[in-house]
Amino acid sequence: MILNSSLNSIAYSSTLPPDWPGGFWWHWLLFTVIIIVFALTLVMGFIWIERRGMGRMQARLGPNQAGPFGLLQPVADALKILLKEDIIPAKADRIVHWLAPVVAFAPALMIFAVVPFGDGAMLADLDIGILYVVAIASISAIGIFMAGWGSSNKYSMLGAMRGIASVVSYEIPVVLAIAGVVLVAGSMSLNQIVLAQDIPFILLQPLGFLLFFIGGCAEINRSPFDLMEADSELTAGFHTEYSGMKFAMFYLMEYAEAVAISAIIATLFLGGWRGPLLPPWLWFVLKVIFVFFIMVWTRTTLPRVRIDQLMALAWKFLFPLALINLIVTAIQILVWPDALPWILVPINLAIMALLILLWSKLFKLGWGRVEV
Amino acid sequence: MRDTRYARIMVLKTEPFILNIGPVHPSTHGVFRMRTTLDGEVVVDVEPVFGYLHRGIEKLAEERTYTGVIPLTDRLDYVASMSNNLAYCLAVEKLAGISVPERAEYLRVILAELQRIASHLIAVGAFLNDCGAFFTPFLYMFREREKIVDLFEMVSGQRLLYNYMRIGGFNQDVPDEFLPALDKLLAQMPRFIEEYERLLKENEILLARAKGVGILPKEVAINISASGPVLRASGVKWDIRKKDPYSIYDRFDFDIPTGEVGDCYDRYRVRVEEMRQSLRIINQARRQLPAGEVKSEVPHLVRPPAGEAYAHIEAPKGELGFHLVSDNSIAPYRCHIRAPSLLNLTALRDMAIGWKVADLIIIFGSIDIVMGEIDR
Repeated sequence: MILNSSLNSIAYSSTLPPDWPGGFWWHWLLFTVIIIVFALTLVMGFIWIERRGMGRMQARLGPNQAGPFGLLQPVADALKILLKEDIIPAKADRIVHWLAPVVAFAPALMIFAVVPFGDGAMLADLDIGILYVVAIASISAIGIFMAGWGSSNKYSMLGAMRGIASVVSYEIPVVLAIAGVVLVAGSMSLNQIVLAQDIPFILLQPLGFLLFFIGGCAEINRSPFDLMEADSELTAGFHTEYSGMKFAMFYLMEYAEAVAISAIIATLFLGGWRGPLLPPWLWFVLKVIFVFFIMVWTRTTLPRVRIDQLMALAWKFLFPLALINLIVTAIQILVWPDALPWILVPINLAIMALLILLWSKLFKLGWGRVEV
Repeated sequence: MRDTRYARIMVLKTEPFILNIGPVHPSTHGVFRMRTTLDGEVVVDVEPVFGYLHRGIEKLAEERTYTGVIPLTDRLDYVASMSNNLAYCLAVEKLAGISVPERAEYLRVILAELQRIASHLIAVGAFLNDCGAFFTPFLYMFREREKIVDLFEMVSGQRLLYNYMRIGGFNQDVPDEFLPALDKLLAQMPRFIEEYERLLKENEILLARAKGVGILPKEVAINISASGPVLRASGVKWDIRKKDPYSIYDRFDFDIPTGEVGDCYDRYRVRVEEMRQSLRIINQARRQLPAGEVKSEVPHLVRPPAGEAYAHIEAPKGELGFHLVSDNSIAPYRCHIRAPSLLNLTALRDMAIGWKVADLIIIFGSIDIVMGEIDR
């Protein structure tokens, strides 16, 4: 209730008056609280959506005992995890092992600093907002590698290596896909990008959306790219040796990153907080949940790719397509310098279909067996 | 000067490392251990280690009456107990020259084929799970396995270790509600198999993961005496139900599905196809099922004449054989079990070397082993 009213007031009054006592610190404090509450609540919601949604898709019920419709299941999980013993392997690098969950979790929250919940309702309207997101999002990879290295476990190490490889590779198509959006919007500030979306960018940049979605899934370790923790291969990947609250931090990180990437996708491609009738923050939340639901759907549907196929997908498919997308967008901007017209929507969709069909015929995924 | 320094930095020293996969691991289907030598992600060597589940079933069998061994056979391939019971009973009947009533023969065929479907459902589901399809196909297949297990529960009261067949037939006839439930399942099953096919058959990622991976050439498959779907996926048309018909399998009309290449995808396809063929057999057997006794006159303690007998059946995982030696007492003098999982497993190293860790897991999953049978 408190969250609702405060979000509402922010959404309608954009930012707090600058002549408040204490100046921007009030703004800073309020939004820090809002972001933490928003992110953690949505994380719990996502855990519930994922578990119930997967249950539905897998011909079973999912958790339905804790609270109405099993809504309190994340709370029950958290309580259980808090009471677990914290085990540190004998040969672990204790400091790195201890620090890794924090390093991995913090960036996922920091991303929300530049995500607008309403017109201008954000912690900091950075001019380089999207650049900040890209930079911060990569930090989690360091935390994951610290976990893999510090655990002194071969499964963890393999998982961490895979994690680094995928983040380094997928950063490039993701950034190129973002560059297309930035070109169309003419600004790097996320609020300006939302304001520029009279036509949602998913229609103007369908290929960019697809690239960003796939790349985003790979970066945050969602299926079918969940190689870092591939449970059927590496037991639990980088967090094999974690238990108790440290494991909970990784678990939270996974979902906080999913919230973050869904929020970024909603902001960049689905028109962010814009929408008729409903209050802006609600539109934003609905779009975030929608994006996340698609991620749940792919997770229950698709098998996992292999590490060489993961790399091949990034470098042979996404990277060239992202470059072509950037060039095509640049040409369109040159032709229509003021605003892109509606006629581009079918054209861009056709270009996307053509490119994907062509590219999938041209290349082979992965390289298969190696002579040893 | 500069060149040598550059060279020293660039040549990084790497070395293969040993990764123990198992015995406690989500994908080892029990307590199997693979001592894997890896060069980065590439598998250089695999050394299978097993024996963690050894219970000495062959030795235990020597201390029990012939009927008392049947519960032990349940614990071999514990996801296909009916087939194990059948193979053992056939061996004893051959040894003692006991005949089986007609109705019991038909019921045995129905139960064994239902068991094959149930076992293949687990095999295919677990294989797709190893490929990383997060439990969705697995749970869809368990939904129908549940119905088959319900049928078995009706006849035997058990859901995993049935202990239902007896020497010379069954100890009791199937209950009245069994046949209507069976008819209902038979009517539904083709639709469900179509549903599994729609889940992942043509999926691009599955094709990339399983096609051409872990090829077992025809000659190698024959040389290691592989059997069952693993052999047939390599293109060998070999099925004991056709080649050496036991029970009454020569009365039914069915095909032997075979693969072409012998890769993981072929093994998956062969299993799905075998489910369809099993349904055909069950349908025929259900139509021809006669009334009558289900057990012939067998003394309480079977005392076969001194001698030896070997009976083998086409179990879900391959050729399951029991070699019994009798010294004219009430317990077998020696009971040797030819376990299909063990012999199929010997192909693992040849198939997996050169592939990645992830492939090792799905190759292992595609062999479809059960540790109860390997360790005995």
